[in-house]
Amino acid sequence: MSDTIAAIATSVGRSAINIIRVSGSEAIKIVDNLFKGVDLTKAKTHTIHYGFIMDKNEKIDEVLVSVFLSPKSYTGEDIVEINSHGGVASTNKILELLLNNGCRLAEPGEFLKRAFLNGKKDLLEAESIGDLINAETEMERKMSMKGVTKELSQMITSLREKLLNIIANIEVNIDYPEYDDVIIYTKELLTKNIKEIKEELTKILKESETGKIIRDGITVGILGKPNVGKSSLLNALIKEDKAIVTDIEGTTRDIVEGKFLLNGITLNLIDTAGLRETDNIVEQIGVEKSKKILEEVDLILALFDISKPLTEEDKELLEKTKNKKTIIILNKSDLTEQINNEEFKNKEIIKVSVKENKNIDKILDKISEMFNLKELETQDYTYLSNSRQISIIKNCVKIINDIEVANNNDTEIDLIQIDLQNLWNLLGELIGDTYKDGLLDEIFSKFCLGK
Amino acid sequence: MYEVIVIGGGHAGCEASLACARIGHKTLLITGNFNNIADMPCNPSIGGSAKGIVVREIDALGGEMGYNADISHLQIKMLNSKKGPGVRSLRCQADKTTYPQNMLNTLKNTKNLDLKEALVKEIITENNEIKGIITEENEKILAKKVIITTGTYLNADILRGHSKHKGGPHGEKPSLYLSESLQKNGLRIRRLKTGTPPRVLKSTIDYNECSEEKGDDTLLSFSNFYDPIYKIEDQLPCYLTYTNAKTHKLILDNLDKCALYSGLIVGIGPRYCPSIEDKIVKFKDKERHQIFLEPERLNGEEMYVGGFSTTMPEELQEELIHSMDGLHNAKITKYGYAIEYDAIDSTELKMSLETKKIEGLYTAGQINGTSGYEEAAAQGLIAGINASLSLEGKEPLILKRNEAYIGVLVDDLINKGITEPYRLLTSRAEFRLLLRHDNADIRLTEIGRKVGLINDEKYNIFKQKQQRVKELEEHLKEVKIPLTEENNKYLESINSSKLLGKTVAYELLKRPEITMKDIEHLLNETFDKHASEQVEINIKYKGYIDKTNKEVEKMLNLEKKQIPKDINYDNVRNLATEARQKLSLVRPLTIGQATRISGVNPSDITMLLVYLKKEYPNE
Repeated sequence: MSDTIAAIATSVGRSAINIIRVSGSEAIKIVDNLFKGVDLTKAKTHTIHYGFIMDKNEKIDEVLVSVFLSPKSYTGEDIVEINSHGGVASTNKILELLLNNGCRLAEPGEFLKRAFLNGKKDLLEAESIGDLINAETEMERKMSMKGVTKELSQMITSLREKLLNIIANIEVNIDYPEYDDVIIYTKELLTKNIKEIKEELTKILKESETGKIIRDGITVGILGKPNVGKSSLLNALIKEDKAIVTDIEGTTRDIVEGKFLLNGITLNLIDTAGLRETDNIVEQIGVEKSKKILEEVDLILALFDISKPLTEEDKELLEKTKNKKTIIILNKSDLTEQINNEEFKNKEIIKVSVKENKNIDKILDKISEMFNLKELETQDYTYLSNSRQISIIKNCVKIINDIEVANNNDTEIDLIQIDLQNLWNLLGELIGDTYKDGLLDEIFSKFCLGK
Repeated sequence: MYEVIVIGGGHAGCEASLACARIGHKTLLITGNFNNIADMPCNPSIGGSAKGIVVREIDALGGEMGYNADISHLQIKMLNSKKGPGVRSLRCQADKTTYPQNMLNTLKNTKNLDLKEALVKEIITENNEIKGIITEENEKILAKKVIITTGTYLNADILRGHSKHKGGPHGEKPSLYLSESLQKNGLRIRRLKTGTPPRVLKSTIDYNECSEEKGDDTLLSFSNFYDPIYKIEDQLPCYLTYTNAKTHKLILDNLDKCALYSGLIVGIGPRYCPSIEDKIVKFKDKERHQIFLEPERLNGEEMYVGGFSTTMPEELQEELIHSMDGLHNAKITKYGYAIEYDAIDSTELKMSLETKKIEGLYTAGQINGTSGYEEAAAQGLIAGINASLSLEGKEPLILKRNEAYIGVLVDDLINKGITEPYRLLTSRAEFRLLLRHDNADIRLTEIGRKVGLINDEKYNIFKQKQQRVKELEEHLKEVKIPLTEENNKYLESINSSKLLGKTVAYELLKRPEITMKDIEHLLNETFDKHASEQVEINIKYKGYIDKTNKEVEKMLNLEKKQIPKDINYDNVRNLATEARQKLSLVRPLTIGQATRISGVNPSDITMLLVYLKKEYPNE
């Protein structure tokens, strides 16, 4: 049997009532020892009892105690939830008493883990709840709640059903080649059906990437040649002096991060050492790092000095940001304009003066517009929200691309079937279900076969 | 005193006794009737999707079925020839007279093998170890190993209409006591059912109302070693007709009269082989079902009515048959029936097909809950090999799921258990691109050689075939396609791009649209057919083969994680009840095996892994 764990289940200090959850084989016995009221060991499942939590003879708090017996509980184990009314101090005292009487303090997410291990939650639900635990902003919480409602599991399940239909049909064609009354699964049928699945996955993926933005925020890299004002811009955006700002080239050797909220979304700012080739080893490390970061950021703020003509280095930067979401920022607008604007045609340009704090808000407006941040607040969130899930779906789309190519090349159906099966398995992985025998049931329930 | 006794002379029994005797162990084959050696009581065919590959595997390991089918068939064809190399499979119409005759001759001419006509009523055991058998005539015969391959004869009931009587497939005496003897020894027995359609007189069929189904017009063989000996034009055709509204109405109106729906049958039948009653009840909206008319023998008058397995009473079977085109005046020579029989719960077995409870006792074939001649033969061969290896004090032969369909079959039986008679399907093999018709010998002949079933003659043929593949591959890597106008014209004609310089043939073959035939044309050479096929598959499907191999690796990694033999599943926390029961019953040796047990879910595996890590940190 598992040991008994306890933790405060509400965020301490904010609400009038706090809940302390106890789960495990000893949960009822331990709470009963501290409880003055009915005999909890005889309580039926899903009942609430009024009484007091006692420390020997001292009344600690007036409480309501809910009892859930295994297996019909959140974790699948015996659970007691204590609703305490006495604020932070008495809630903490109750927890302390529980820990002194045989409970162990639950690790973050441990209740959920037990729920998963006892088959109460599937993987996708469990991950969503995990996100919920870590949810900081209201929007994140809303999104995590959606995952819990099984909506995603259902979407994936229905996609898998469609896929299973295709696979089963092909399998029947292979295993019963002499039966002419089963639909022969043709190239054209596959083209049509796989396209539908691809469209749905792509939609989930697109929404999921928005979901990732809500969860992880937008990572913004600030790039530009040395001394163009990157650190100053970062400071202006986060309104604190975090990066070292000097006039000497190459003083920003580390990648400095700053965070702030924009329309409820976290913006993670990254200042980088210039992309300049250098012999200085310390700086070289910083340069290597920024090249890597360049690949990972969601948005680039490319900084140029408006008071000087474009250098080779500037042009190189422009080239590197070609395939990325980028805002071109021309700094030092307080000085005389010398830059050749030609190079920036067809691009979004914002002229600012970081020194005089001019037009910084325009950068923020632009970011908000580019990522639809204002709309995000009012949307429904049904997305996958963590990167494991997103990478699985990305893989799925990749496999579908392979299938489409193979199908167009008239590759034999049995080989395409390998990718279809992989696709089905991958989607199963997403919801923690890869039960292969489902296929045979499908074959025999839908097709009339046999001698 | 024998080293091995095999009980039952069906397809499993033949392979088992031949394997033991050929390896060199003194063997006795006991059968109820010599006339029923290698009998085909149901359809007159060998092979089919997946099953044809199993026959190739049996042959590659040194079994008899493939060669015996090659010298005894009326028609042969390659199925799925256009659906990919992994699912190509042979199927033949076997002659019900010559197939058993040829097999009997082989048995009679095999050294170390004695044959005996008798029914066995009891097995003799001592301290959970097999000692021998007792016949119904109370003759005691001792042996170190016993292999039971009694097929559908254990406690068999024949059912038709409202009648039910004890009897084997040809209405003969079933084995009435052996099942009880096995149960007394602690083996769990279950009841299964299967059925067979009526047979009709060849001369009473109106072939003008049916369509003809011919054999292939290229020479084909199950044998990996010997060339085919038949003539393409000598093949007999099969015929195709259909059920119709009249047939369906007759069945629906009379459901209460058939054994299946009147509640007479308790055994579980196979879903892939439903009776015509079942098909019509379960698939109401289908307007017609295909019916195959297949010749049973060259010198015989019967045609098998494939797809029309029924348990209707005799007079209704007449009406039903006459309702179909081509059969309006057909005379039934043998009525369809269902047969119920005892089978051993296959989770009673180890992967070697030895029973877990009685040392030295093996079971193979339909008694293990499978259906089909090929599945039976495959198990017979494996049981025979493993009984022999055990006599020699060697480790058993356990084929993996990525090595052979036979491996898939045994693994499924032992780990998944069965709820209906088990038939091999290509969809049961997750790595079927590796388990091909064309590479059966590459996969298995060395294994067959090692256990002692591949003689020098076969082994030399195998080696020469391999050599030719190697040589062709080397040749293609060296030879360059001449850059001529003619060749470029040819390439253009098959929608391929022109040659820009002298191109190595092997590289050109990598283009998806280029086949071996094209290379032959471009080089003006002719290659060995078998070698050419091998080389082509290896190049053309490399990407997919690599993908499959990756999946195999994942499986093998799980196979490497051993589960201690003394594990007590009651101590593993948070296992679902069903998983706990199944794990305790099957007692898998590896995590990989555990993942394939039905009723054991991914979360149970997680729990098991957590437990193993905690309790056995060093393993």
